[in-house]
Amino acid sequence: MTALGDDGPEGIDHRWPDAMTAAALLLIDPVGLGGVHLRAHPGPVRDAWLAALLEMAADAGIIIRPCPGQISQEALAGGLDLIATLKSGKPVHSPGLLAQADGGLVLLRMADRLLPSVAGQIAAAIDRLDARFGLVAIDEHEEDEEPAPLVLRDRLGIHLYLDDLSHRQIGGAPFHEDEISAARARLQDVEAADGLIRDLCETAQALGIASVRAEILALRVALAAAALDGRIISNDEDAALAVRLVLLPRATRFPAPEDRQESDPPDDDPATPPDEDQAPSEAPSDGAPNETPSESSSEPPTESLGDGRAEDRLLDAVMAHLQPDLLAGLQKGAGDKAASRSRGGQRAAMAKTLSVRRGRPVGVRPGLPRDGARLDLLASLRAAAPWQALRRQALHNQADHGGEQAHRVLIRPDDLRVIRYKQRSETATIFLVDASGSAAMERLAEAKGAVELLLADCYIRRDQVAVIAFRGTAADIILPPTRSLARARRSLAGLPGGGGTPLAMGLEALLQLAGQVQKAGQRPLLVVLTDGRGNIDREGLPGRDQAKADAMLAARALRHFGAAAILVDTARRAGLAAQELAAAMGADYVFLPRADATSLSDVVQYHNRKGG
Amino acid sequence: MAQPYPFSALVGQDAMIMGLILVAVDPRIGGVLIMGDRGTGKSTAVRAMAGLLPKIEVVVGCPYGCAPDPSRGPCADGCPRQAKSAAVKSRMVPVPVVDLPLGVTEDRVVGALDIERALTSGEKKFEPGLLARANRGFLYIDEVNLLEDHIIDLLLDAAASGENLVEREGLSIRHPARFVLIGSGNPEEGDLRPQMLDRFGLAVDVVTPRDIPTRVEVVRRRDAYEHDPEAFIKRYRPRDGILRKKILAAQSRLPQITVPDEMLALAAGLCVDLGTDGLRGELTLIRVARALAAFEADDVVGPDHLRRMAPAALGHRLRRDPLDDAGSAARVERVIADRFDAL
Repeated sequence: MTALGDDGPEGIDHRWPDAMTAAALLLIDPVGLGGVHLRAHPGPVRDAWLAALLEMAADAGIIIRPCPGQISQEALAGGLDLIATLKSGKPVHSPGLLAQADGGLVLLRMADRLLPSVAGQIAAAIDRLDARFGLVAIDEHEEDEEPAPLVLRDRLGIHLYLDDLSHRQIGGAPFHEDEISAARARLQDVEAADGLIRDLCETAQALGIASVRAEILALRVALAAAALDGRIISNDEDAALAVRLVLLPRATRFPAPEDRQESDPPDDDPATPPDEDQAPSEAPSDGAPNETPSESSSEPPTESLGDGRAEDRLLDAVMAHLQPDLLAGLQKGAGDKAASRSRGGQRAAMAKTLSVRRGRPVGVRPGLPRDGARLDLLASLRAAAPWQALRRQALHNQADHGGEQAHRVLIRPDDLRVIRYKQRSETATIFLVDASGSAAMERLAEAKGAVELLLADCYIRRDQVAVIAFRGTAADIILPPTRSLARARRSLAGLPGGGGTPLAMGLEALLQLAGQVQKAGQRPLLVVLTDGRGNIDREGLPGRDQAKADAMLAARALRHFGAAAILVDTARRAGLAAQELAAAMGADYVFLPRADATSLSDVVQYHNRKGG
Repeated sequence: MAQPYPFSALVGQDAMIMGLILVAVDPRIGGVLIMGDRGTGKSTAVRAMAGLLPKIEVVVGCPYGCAPDPSRGPCADGCPRQAKSAAVKSRMVPVPVVDLPLGVTEDRVVGALDIERALTSGEKKFEPGLLARANRGFLYIDEVNLLEDHIIDLLLDAAASGENLVEREGLSIRHPARFVLIGSGNPEEGDLRPQMLDRFGLAVDVVTPRDIPTRVEVVRRRDAYEHDPEAFIKRYRPRDGILRKKILAAQSRLPQITVPDEMLALAAGLCVDLGTDGLRGELTLIRVARALAAFEADDVVGPDHLRRMAPAALGHRLRRDPLDDAGSAARVERVIADRFDAL
């Protein structure tokens, strides 16, 4: 049936046949499957998989168009080929890479390095079906790095994880071109078996998958698998394969044991997946995938189809296949999701450093106007001007050029100038000062002194400083972001102390001001001086417990905001309250016994340099 | 481009579908923001709009898609209507639904000097951008919450004035750019600036369907569509046709819909209770209630229309409280319930 069955499967990891089948399915229905998210570092396993894919594609005559990770939007979508246009003197358009791959696969290496804008463009092309292609996205991010953009991963049907396979565990020939071609011809006639769609939906539900796209893609995988196997109606093996390739890698949870049949062995529990030697004995015969070596010939007994709910049956079949390392991979996937939440912030940060696109123009540099760089027409003409006589002469000597071209300006690609922008990257340091009775008065004086010192520093660097103080039942911005030394001194001198500690109110005011500062294009640096012991809640009512809960909530909101933050503990002894607060708001905790203004200023300066 | 998925074949997501229909009835409502998880049919729904709405008449060769009838709006350089020499030819085209991709450049949005023409023939010609293409149609921004600020500013400018003003590279162009902004995004990946939020007339949340039969139906229809798009579209053509007729009828009925003073007072009261800033909320609420009345063939706006549209029209205009985990939806519902129970 498959070419893999014959190669002595001893020692071959059971996931490898799945991976090979996935490659074949990609070639059978590249557009319908969307593609594959291949999580694999460079190495023999990845090379073997890609080689098999390329070999099968070449045999079956399917286009695979490689695409560099740093591709520009223009190259993807096509457009005016500026250099060719200038050379030939008439517009030359180049088709986009996606259009060139029509009906085939686009092979994208380093998908994790893709710019969000380019990922969005590819995703839109998949949605709009105007270039019909499947995407092989190779993702080689490290643990602490961002994975390939979610907008793409969601649209790619198959998710493969090859990193923990050893090259000793793989083997077997790929599928034959005849199998692929026959399956491609058959695909249009393949139908879903009764209940397949329902089974897939219920399984997706049980696995906590939100996106309905997953089920649609799983269905395509099941149908392509049926076509590969020479059938025109899907069966349970196709469904199990679809669950393994599409749904399981997207799982956000496993059904709780009590939700499922009590007869199930411990492979229910996601924390204790079955050991390798346990799996075959426990694998229930109901719908066990035939890729399991020891069971490759067994047919699922028909009586088992009636029992239990569909997702149980499918899941059981798939769970029997689970390996500890696959579960680890799943948890990794969940980690990816958490990481991607912070993506918005990181993108914003990235945008701030793109100097070729935004900010204040600061002159020009030679270059082509692409990837958002703006052409400076005047500068380009100026660059071309000295050469006009020479070029005209050269053109004159070429008989094949018409005389009517001689009077216009002759521009070469080297002449083109693009505008350079400088991004403002100034820092605004915002102090949140605890001016309540609990904070000792001399600490307040220290804070004032530190702010003054910093201000003098900032005056030189054109950075800004702001101060918020909280005491009694309110938090006030006593110094809005400013560079004015005189104004700052005046408002600081008038800062009174004493009263309750409305810590939550202070943190809220800090968040608000930090947001404003960021909107204004500056980088906020937050410095909080407190002992962390609030006793006024955010409604202005006294009560230590509620005050603490509110403060922790506000601290978490600050952490979510993501600005660099320092918490200076102003208590007499390093206190737990301030440490908890610093942890909640993601701030660096600093305890400065008998801090004087100078050393406080030094700490802030250090963080400022580190961040900037 | 392949034929879009038929609008009437969408499953569930009533709030989103109603929002899209109502801005089609009255574009002055000012756009729809659709926030929700991935894979909930946001982009499918928006792209289906192109196939649903009645075709519009445009001047042949006009880069801005101007109507041949001068009373339907001003025109700009480059439109054959401006030339006044030959007879203006027109043709029917689908309503434009233009995608604004993330990471789009300023040039692509507002248009720029046509480098091709400038370099090859020395001509100073304006190459219209996405705002020109979206004129009289829809501008769709997926992941609007991740769009860069300077692009958002351009969009706000054009959306507010209904025209696009270009002053760059020696060009001085002004052309109509009246479009309905449709934004979608996943709230977990970032927030929208308040100015941008306020600019959307309606904001609806979409959630993943949780019940199995609905999901099964979604997958089944999608499969049928992908298997044989023509047959699938043909099957839903009558339903799209009925919906299209209803939208057309609502558009023509719209001017006759009356809004009683009590309803104006009720809308104002709701906005006061919710503490929404500015008058935009009230105006939008009245407009969308009127569009709803027109769509449902009522002559007068009643409390029921207001009540049903208030969450979408007002929910995103509340002063945001960064510490309020419950979100604004709960607050709106509470205020609405208080107001309407007192009636």
